[in-house]
Order: sequence, then C-alpha cells, then structure tokens
Amino acid sequence: MSVRVRAPSEYNCLLEEGGVSALSERVGATVLSTSRHDTLVIGQRLGQLLQAGDVICLQGELGSGKTCLTQGIAAGLGVARPVTSPTFIIVNEYALAGKRHMLYHIDLYRVESVAEACATGLEEYWSGDDVCVIEWAERARSLLPPEHLWITLLYRGEGLRELQFEALGARPAEMLRGLAGVFDEVGGRPESRPEVPACS
Amino acid sequence: MRAILGIETSCDETAASVVVDGREIRSNVVASQVDIHRPFGGVFPEVASRQHVLDIVPVIQQAMIEAKATWDSLDAIAVTRGPGLVGSLLVGANVAKTIAWARALPLVGVNHLEAHLYANWLYTERPGFPPPEQPVFPLLCLIVSGGHSDLLWMSDHGKYRVLGRTVDDAAGEAFDKVARLLGLGYPGGPAIQKAAVGGDARAFDLPRAMWNEGYDFSFSGLKTAVLHLAQGRGAALKGRQAKGKDSPWKRPAASESPDLPSDLLLADLAASFQAAVVDVLVEKTRRATEEYGAREVLLAGGVASNALLRQEMIARVKASVRFPPPALCTDNAAMVAAAGYFRRVAGDVAMWNLDVEPGARLDEMA
Repeated sequence: MSVRVRAPSEYNCLLEEGGVSALSERVGATVLSTSRHDTLVIGQRLGQLLQAGDVICLQGELGSGKTCLTQGIAAGLGVARPVTSPTFIIVNEYALAGKRHMLYHIDLYRVESVAEACATGLEEYWSGDDVCVIEWAERARSLLPPEHLWITLLYRGEGLRELQFEALGARPAEMLRGLAGVFDEVGGRPESRPEVPACS
Repeated sequence: MRAILGIETSCDETAASVVVDGREIRSNVVASQVDIHRPFGGVFPEVASRQHVLDIVPVIQQAMIEAKATWDSLDAIAVTRGPGLVGSLLVGANVAKTIAWARALPLVGVNHLEAHLYANWLYTERPGFPPPEQPVFPLLCLIVSGGHSDLLWMSDHGKYRVLGRTVDDAAGEAFDKVARLLGLGYPGGPAIQKAAVGGDARAFDLPRAMWNEGYDFSFSGLKTAVLHLAQGRGAALKGRQAKGKDSPWKRPAASESPDLPSDLLLADLAASFQAAVVDVLVEKTRRATEEYGAREVLLAGGVASNALLRQEMIARVKASVRFPPPALCTDNAAMVAAAGYFRRVAGDVAMWNLDVEPGARLDEMA
C-alpha cells in the first residue's frame, strides 16, 4: 500500500455522497491533523457539539491518536477529570456537569469478536441517552446503532494523522457540518489555536 | 481473631478469599484456578459479567471450604466497589450484600486500588516461621497494573494522597500492547520479560516521557515509538539508535502488517522497552521517596511482578522496598479482605445502599 501525503488544503473540505446507505444522509470529510494539538482541537470542537445519545466510533491502529481525540472530546464536553485509556477496564465513565447523561469512553481492543461484545452486554452502553465514544469500533460494527459518526484515524508520517469522518444519519451529518470551521483552522493557522488542555 | 471474606469482581477475575486479622491468608481462590464446569466452554469472554454470575457462588464456596470457615466464624464481608466495569462490579456487590444481610454480617466497601496496595500486608502461615513485619508508615506506594499507574503517599491506614498517575496508558497496558504488536502473546508483562533476556537494553533509545514533569506518567508515546520501530517507520528514532545497527525489518511506510523482527533485535527491542518503562517508574518513585521521606516503598499491581522493576527499585531507592508475591500482584480477593479489615477496624462499615463506583478514585474515597 503506498501513501501519498497530501497538503492540508486538499483534505479540509466536505465531500457529499448519496444513495449508498439506507439512511437518508451520508456525509464524509477528511482532514489532516499535523500535530497532537490539532487532534485535540478537533476533538474539543466535536465534544462541544455532542448531545445526549450521540455515538462516535473511532477506528485506527495503535498510536493513531484515538485516545488523544477522545481527550479532546471529553474536554469539549467539560470533563475536568483526566481521560486515560480504558483498554484494560473496557469502559470508563465520566459524569457531565449539569447534564443527566454520561460520557462513556469504550475500548473494544480486548474484545475479539462481535459474539464477545454481545456476551459482555456492551450494546447496553450505547442504547441509552449517554454520549459514547467507542475505540476499535470495527470489532462490534453490527451491534452499533444505525446513526453514528465514524472517524477513521490513519498514520501519515511523523506527527501527521489523517482523520476520515463519515456521518451516518441526519444527526451525525449535523455534527460534521458543525466541524467545518475547525477543519479550516487546523493544519493551516497555528497562530490562532484555541486553548486546550495538554494531552500528555 | 477476625476473619473477613473478601469478594473481587471488578474486571476479569472472579475471586473470593478468607483472611484473618487483615494479614493471614486462609484461602485465596481466583476463578481461573478453579475447576468449574462451564456450560459455555470458554466461548464467552472473561470480562462478561455473566461469567462472574456463573462463577461467583462456586468461588465463594471454595474459599470458605479451603479456609475451613463457617458463616458464623466471619467478622465481615468486604467487596470491591470500584473502579471497574459496572456490570462486573454489580455481581460482587450484590452477592456481598446478600450474604451480609442473610448472615447479619457487617459489609465493607473497598477501593480496588487500595486493595492492591494491601497485598503487601498479606502472608500465608508457615509453621516455625513468624509472620513478616507489617509495612511502616509513612510510605510510598507504586500501583502498576493493566488498568492503573498510580504513585501514592500513604501516611496511615486509609490516608492517601495521589502524587501522580498516568495521563494516558497504564504501564501494564503498554506491556500488553507492545507484546501484542511484537507477536509475543498475552499477558504482555511476562512475555516481554522473557523476550528481553539477553537483549541489549541500550540498543534503542526509547522515550522516557514526562521525565522532569512531576510525578505523572505517560506511556502512550513509548508504545507508539515501539510500534513505529517494529513497522520500520521510526525514522526519527532510528537516528537515535545507539549502536548504529541496521534495521533488517525496515519496510516502506504504512506497511500494515509488519514482519516481526528477528530474535536478536526482538530481544533488544523488548529489553529497551522494558528498561524505558522501569526507568521512569523507578526514577519518579526515587524522587518522591527523597522529597517526602518515605520509610518504605510498596509495589503493587501486576507489573510489580516484573523482575527488572523490583531489582532497579531496590538498587536505586533509598528506603526499604516491599512487593507481594506474583499471585498477589494480579487481581485477587485476599487483598480486598485485607483492605476491608483495616477499614472495618477504623469503623468504616457500609450501609445497605452501598453502590458500585465504576470511576472511583482513591483520593475521593471517604
């Protein structure tokens, strides 16, 4: 597999597709994160857009920035506690100030198959009104709710990560449209970066 | 003599144990060690709370039989209430409440991390040998496991202060993930330790994150650095490769399934990785020991079984270092019973509304 590293300007635009999914809306976008800070900023903006019941699915190999993106999302949702990897424990729970719903940070790394995820009762986490961020979501694809924002993270060289967004459904498409502003910011204008908490 | 039944179901292991006076182990049963007929033949994952449901009663019965304990001889029931997976924690908490209610026994809720460090109070009676001395306060405790990396200051029973913790991956998680990406199997700790034998720990100059930044830890970048070396992507790191060795597994960027490195380089990489983790853990503990004047350093959690960590900690820390035997480093219920005993002695008994706390933290424990 060969890789062509493209300039941020080639990435940072929304792509409309149609007719592929049973869902009425299917919207995609690709953005190049040029640093850990970029990934945090994107996550933070996404976190600010999230509402009860939203599901974010993350796919990407080790070290692709899934937990970093989640740290940004949690910061955007107002989580003050440090957000660490849930790999061992499978699910970390975070209360959201002033909200009745929680943030569930779920990690399916240790879950080998859909049957296991099913046996563990994991789908109960994303069946309610809570916000779910699911790492290694591809391991339980068939158990996921039909509406979700799918983010694929790819290593594109030292410090570079390509983030591919795919919105399945009207609500995720709305989230993605809300991110258009941050896609313009990252990679291009380092001097205008908003304040975000340190990632490590 | 006060016997406590401890119950632990916070994550993978279903465990029960009877411990006397918070120290002497009378029985210590973990589900994987018990020959229980499993109707689902191990198809279900260990993490399934349904597996805890199947295992918990036989495990408790076994613990009671091995300890030759009767319900009337128990002083209290101690159970892990968090941190952990909510469904799993609920199994233990509800069984503990049920037994406590049915047998009119006090119930004690224990923090899983606190339990880990109390493994250092435990011993098994051996005729002719006196029990080992208890740890002396004030002390420093390094809890390093698959789910946690915490450096704690403990001034007395139940009095903790978190000095530092991981900001991303736990130390044990880094071992597991690196072992998996190097094709060394699970659990990662013993696998890396074995692969590192004969390896040159200075072969790769791997990052020691947050070296000079307080007492927090970060292992995510180290994991990624090893991944990129193994995949031939570590351009920046290879420049820092100490001996100028060529990497025979160098591949084009973005190769998705790297060939595994040769045995020799695998040993070097495993040794370098292990040294990087141990270096950070020991250095921060050493610094804290001197800053706070700890009389003892306690190691706890699965990574406390690592031989290099034990050896380096003893060599570099200016306080006596104590660690539990391997079986008490990983999740078990004896440590829960021990922690429960000291809470019970302090008068900290739970009410019937005891609830699990999946996100419990030690400094938030009342």
